[in-house]
Amino acid sequence: MALPKRQTDIGPPKYDQFIPPVIKKNYGKWKYHEVLSGGTMVHVAESGDALYTVRAASPRILSTETIREICDLAEKYCDGYLRFTTRNNVEFLVSDKSKMDPLLKELQERKFSVGGIGPRISNIVHTQGWVHCHSACTDASGLVKAIMDEVYDYFTTKELPNKVRLAVACCVNMCGAVHCSDIAVVAVHRKVPTIKHELVTKVCEIPTTIASCPTSAIRPNPKDKSVTINEEKCMYCGNCFTVCPPIDIHKPEEDGVAIVVGGKIGSLRTSPKFSKLAIPFFYNEPPRWPKVVAAIKNILDVYAKNAKKHERVGEWIERVGWEEFFNLTGIEFTFQHIDDFTFARDTFRTSAAFKYSR
Amino acid sequence: MSGKYKTPMLDELEKGPWPSFVTEIKKAAKKSSMADDELGQLEKSYVTKRGYWKHGGIVGVLGYGGGVIGRYSSLPDEFPGIAHFHTVRINQTSGFFYTAKALKEICDIWDKYGSGLTNMHGSTGDLVLLGTKTESLEAIFAEYSSRGWDLGSSGSAMRTPSCCVGPGRCEWSNIDTLDITYNLTQEFQDEMHRPSFPYKFKIKTAGCAVDCVAAIARADLSIIGTWKGNIQIDQAEVKKYAGAGMNIQAEIIEMCPTSCMSYNNGEIKIDDAQCSRCMHCIAKMTKALRSGKEKGATLLVGSKAPIVVGSLLSWVIVPFIKVEAPYTELKTLIRSMIEWWDDTAKPRERIGEVLEIKGLRPFLEHIGVPPQPQQVKEPRKDPFFFWAESDFKR
Repeated sequence: MALPKRQTDIGPPKYDQFIPPVIKKNYGKWKYHEVLSGGTMVHVAESGDALYTVRAASPRILSTETIREICDLAEKYCDGYLRFTTRNNVEFLVSDKSKMDPLLKELQERKFSVGGIGPRISNIVHTQGWVHCHSACTDASGLVKAIMDEVYDYFTTKELPNKVRLAVACCVNMCGAVHCSDIAVVAVHRKVPTIKHELVTKVCEIPTTIASCPTSAIRPNPKDKSVTINEEKCMYCGNCFTVCPPIDIHKPEEDGVAIVVGGKIGSLRTSPKFSKLAIPFFYNEPPRWPKVVAAIKNILDVYAKNAKKHERVGEWIERVGWEEFFNLTGIEFTFQHIDDFTFARDTFRTSAAFKYSR
Repeated sequence: MSGKYKTPMLDELEKGPWPSFVTEIKKAAKKSSMADDELGQLEKSYVTKRGYWKHGGIVGVLGYGGGVIGRYSSLPDEFPGIAHFHTVRINQTSGFFYTAKALKEICDIWDKYGSGLTNMHGSTGDLVLLGTKTESLEAIFAEYSSRGWDLGSSGSAMRTPSCCVGPGRCEWSNIDTLDITYNLTQEFQDEMHRPSFPYKFKIKTAGCAVDCVAAIARADLSIIGTWKGNIQIDQAEVKKYAGAGMNIQAEIIEMCPTSCMSYNNGEIKIDDAQCSRCMHCIAKMTKALRSGKEKGATLLVGSKAPIVVGSLLSWVIVPFIKVEAPYTELKTLIRSMIEWWDDTAKPRERIGEVLEIKGLRPFLEHIGVPPQPQQVKEPRKDPFFFWAESDFKR
């Protein structure tokens, strides 16, 4: 069968073909919204028109079969209109209020999870992991599934002091917003990579490989027509592996994950913040990483108990102090917690006023 | 063709209430041997705790240098279905709006040529089709592009811009995020599809400082909607919030970062000159408070993930700019920013890293933006400042 004629540089179709009439009519003229439940809300326009939204969870990896199922529901209840959120949830855009209850009922019957709106946990932003990435040192999707099963009630119904944004990155490339999330998991290597010299000669460009190292730990190795790595300088970022695969960063028995906390993106109340190290290491324990899941649940519970209303995790920790965070959570403080890289000197304490460890 | 593999580890991840990615892969595996081999290899990863994907490799469609990411299994004999398992990125729609009809068409084509697995969506924003063979790429491109869909981006290129839902469904949006993103995506098609930059360049547009698209943390250029003028107050609605039990003094007034608000006799007063437009009060009292009437955006530059010398958040470069169609001033400014970066950066240096090394001055001078206190948290502490010839005017 002949293929249709290709076009180049046409870009995406314009968004206005995909928005329902109620949005077209009230575009930019929304007046307010109300959160109706953990997974539903209504937006009301200046004209008085209302648009109802039902948000449902997605594992981000979706089969075409499930996308078609979602589409069928959108056709049945939303005249075919739907969207996805920046955190990979599905949103059904309902113009006719009378269709809300039947849609929610059918979603429940089909075992969709409705939630993620308001002061709750939304979907976890995450990366490809072992499913599809060359540099992954854990599986993002598996961690997400295990964590969300544990904190599920905070997605659907239960409230927290404010929203809590979770993220999982399967290596320090962090193709997710791990570096600015309330609680996040990032997979880390802990050993200097192994160099397969005979392959380096064949597949790598030596100057690019040397230049890829942020700590200048890589030197030429003319004897082997390869490179050497200064073990004292290497901090296992894996950037060399990305440009030169025979420098193998993977050490399955020593790789694992760290937990970082206290980041945020919005400018509300306090400036956006980076996440900081809470727990430096857990071994990979597939399929459900029970220790990682328990540690996240602990941090979440301590936050829920101690934070004031509207405080994000990072705002709560800054109010009580990081030393108090370690007191309250019972997390051990280690050498790894003390920064010795780019931003180190800004993090050392320069005041005699602090709280004691208990 | 499915069920070739026993997957006891992965089966554990079909238990529990959260939707399971394993179930999704199994659904695809009923129709595709590629997805079935993906399942088999993933189970092996769960046993051995390591991935089996080979690094990149250059594949693509004729005339494009990006949009397809080469992916090969390192165990092609054991899992022949995923010997090639390339990613195809498709430019998503602004705000991720779709109709069922359009999505089903996307699925039909993907089932014909690929694994049937997708990411809705990738981290940068593209609609991601996960897993196909090199020989199918031209056909996939012809099928999608003839129906109005184009490839996304990869490599050292402009990446597909992305945005929040904006005026499509949010009363807080100060700018038309959807239209800006559509326009910028069209403007930079060449830069997106033919990588010619030192490294990647991402643009994200958020309608307000709540920043639901993480622009400030994840984009080389973060466009964040804001306003000038007074916050509009509906005192009748303020009374309703109080009546409904909101502790306005504690939750709003005392949490205002600039202490520019007061609450007396049931009425809110705001000293707008002192307001930093953080969005806390508006977000918590959306029926009572609306942003000021003069709309625009703050442009911030430089954010990125930690590779290689640490994460960066974007820095304020232009405190306020009007952004209205056809966005000529914005587009010119972006081109000027990229030109400076392209001339200055070493390979694989993001614009934020170059700014850190070179300082803001040469960049600001190149793009024609004056120094302003809004660009810094505080002035410098050290006495080691440089002087240029042009500074010696008397």
